[in-house]
Amino acid sequence: MDWLALSPEEWTAVRLSVWVSTWATFVSLPLGIAVAWLLARRDFWGKSALNGLVHLPLILPPVVTGYLLLITFGRRGPVGSLLESCCGLVFSFRWTGAALACGVMAFPLMVRAIRLSIEAVDRRLEAAAGTLGARPAWVFATVTLPLILPGVIAGMILAFAKAMGEFGATITFVSNIPGETQTLPSAIYTLTQVPGGEVGAMRLTLVSIAIAMLALLASEVLARRVSRRLELE
Amino acid sequence: MTLAVSVRHRQGAFLLEAEFRSSGRLTALFGPSGSGKTTLVNVIGGLVRPMSGRVEADGRVLVDTQARVFLPPHRRRIGYVFQDARLFPHLSVRQNLNYGRFFTPRGERYADFEGVVDMLGIGDLLERRPAMLSGGEKQRVAIGRALIASPRLILMDEPLASLDEERKAEILPYIERLRDEIRIPIVYVSHALAEVSRLATDVVHLAGGRVRKAGPAGEVLATAGWQPKPGDAVFDDGPFSLVEMEVVGEEPEHGLAILRSSGGEWRLSVPRLAVGTRVRVRIDASDVIVATERPRGISALNVVAARIDGIADAGRGRFMLDLTCGSDHLLASVTSRSVELLDLRRGREVFAIVKSVAVQGMPMAVR
Repeated sequence: MDWLALSPEEWTAVRLSVWVSTWATFVSLPLGIAVAWLLARRDFWGKSALNGLVHLPLILPPVVTGYLLLITFGRRGPVGSLLESCCGLVFSFRWTGAALACGVMAFPLMVRAIRLSIEAVDRRLEAAAGTLGARPAWVFATVTLPLILPGVIAGMILAFAKAMGEFGATITFVSNIPGETQTLPSAIYTLTQVPGGEVGAMRLTLVSIAIAMLALLASEVLARRVSRRLELE
Repeated sequence: MTLAVSVRHRQGAFLLEAEFRSSGRLTALFGPSGSGKTTLVNVIGGLVRPMSGRVEADGRVLVDTQARVFLPPHRRRIGYVFQDARLFPHLSVRQNLNYGRFFTPRGERYADFEGVVDMLGIGDLLERRPAMLSGGEKQRVAIGRALIASPRLILMDEPLASLDEERKAEILPYIERLRDEIRIPIVYVSHALAEVSRLATDVVHLAGGRVRKAGPAGEVLATAGWQPKPGDAVFDDGPFSLVEMEVVGEEPEHGLAILRSSGGEWRLSVPRLAVGTRVRVRIDASDVIVATERPRGISALNVVAARIDGIADAGRGRFMLDLTCGSDHLLASVTSRSVELLDLRRGREVFAIVKSVAVQGMPMAVR
């Protein structure tokens, strides 16, 4: 069973992947809820454009998304240079860039799941909360948000899983630097490119499968607990 | 509290153009479905923004389209009990009840949680989820939830419509206690005459988006059953009038109660009622016979003097007479032949013979 033991480099890739995906999921969550709410509830000029922009990473070749990120968020890109000078935030060839790429690629999946659950909320309940004195922001926090929680959890799990598997955009944007930007898929890819790397690739593949299964299980358990709490009418 | 409403609002092909003023303890918006009741109550609650008009409650302007005033629902402090209780499914009954209190300014919280829970008999339900409640229980919790927010006015939109007769009978007394004990002004939407005549102190009678009549319940309901045009059915079961009466005695050996209306004394076989109880009695137009002289040797017990106040062709050989009897109105349906034969016309003094009556939702509200 010795062949199952991960080498230190492989461990690093696994840890980095989980780290990057967790950041990608949680940082994009508030934005995801806001965009989902806008798309579900508001009519405004440019709504189709926003909807298209959100879904673009789903349709574009990941390499294209990665390249676009490189030219906007790279050190010399317009946004990248601005963020570096104002907040010291650097994306290119850092794990933060990997997280950004994963977050962008996973964003459409998260927004979609949350938007569907917002559309399913009975708006008459929100009206009732209004007559009880709750301002719209309070209505959202005390009625809408608890009711869409299952959708939010589903969206987070989907986004996390997508982030774990993201390869094309990440490798284009931040390359494949062990310990900094080499996530699980990049590590597997590297191992398949060197002689004798098959065993390591297989180990990481098994790890990927295990993490994916765990995430699914966790979402199942959470969703069941939430829906039992809601006992929807 | 005075509620003054004057609004114009179009919703698709439907036009609501309503104006009324009421300071009653329970004002019923009454009329057939599609008459604009719910739209009107939603305008008062702030759920519908009217195209134009003005709504004022207790001297506070809620809507004034000319002055560009529109108070959002959460700033009106008006409770709303919906037909479908709309309890929050993710909260327990206790949390549902307390929801509104949190948003009420401290100084304006008059409702006492324990008192409301006691009054509505929902003490055993507090830890349950709404999904585990029956229809009647949900509606009682919904009333409690509106009440505990300490509103200045409560709106009820057909709160009993989705319940069966037994559940209705379960809720009605609670609404009466709200009206009489807590004395919170209520605007009550209903198409059910039995509910309205039992609960209302004031009635706004709506038809086709317009106010047909508004005022004290007795006055408005007296002719609510009047069909102005043939075929313009207000109620499925034909025209009728409602007469307010007070129980003054009984003849137990005959199983009769003696009641007095402004127009005379009545002997009716109705359920036993305490002397002094005031009830509204429904008299169908088809149960009233008109005679030009006081009849003698007749089995009908109730004969009252009346005057013909109006006469209208109801079509198909029938005429509708509007009789004044004291300060009450009685509708009588007669054939065109009788009108000719007896020379029935406006102003003529007649006698009304009433064959049967029904006591409507008793006892009624005392103004």
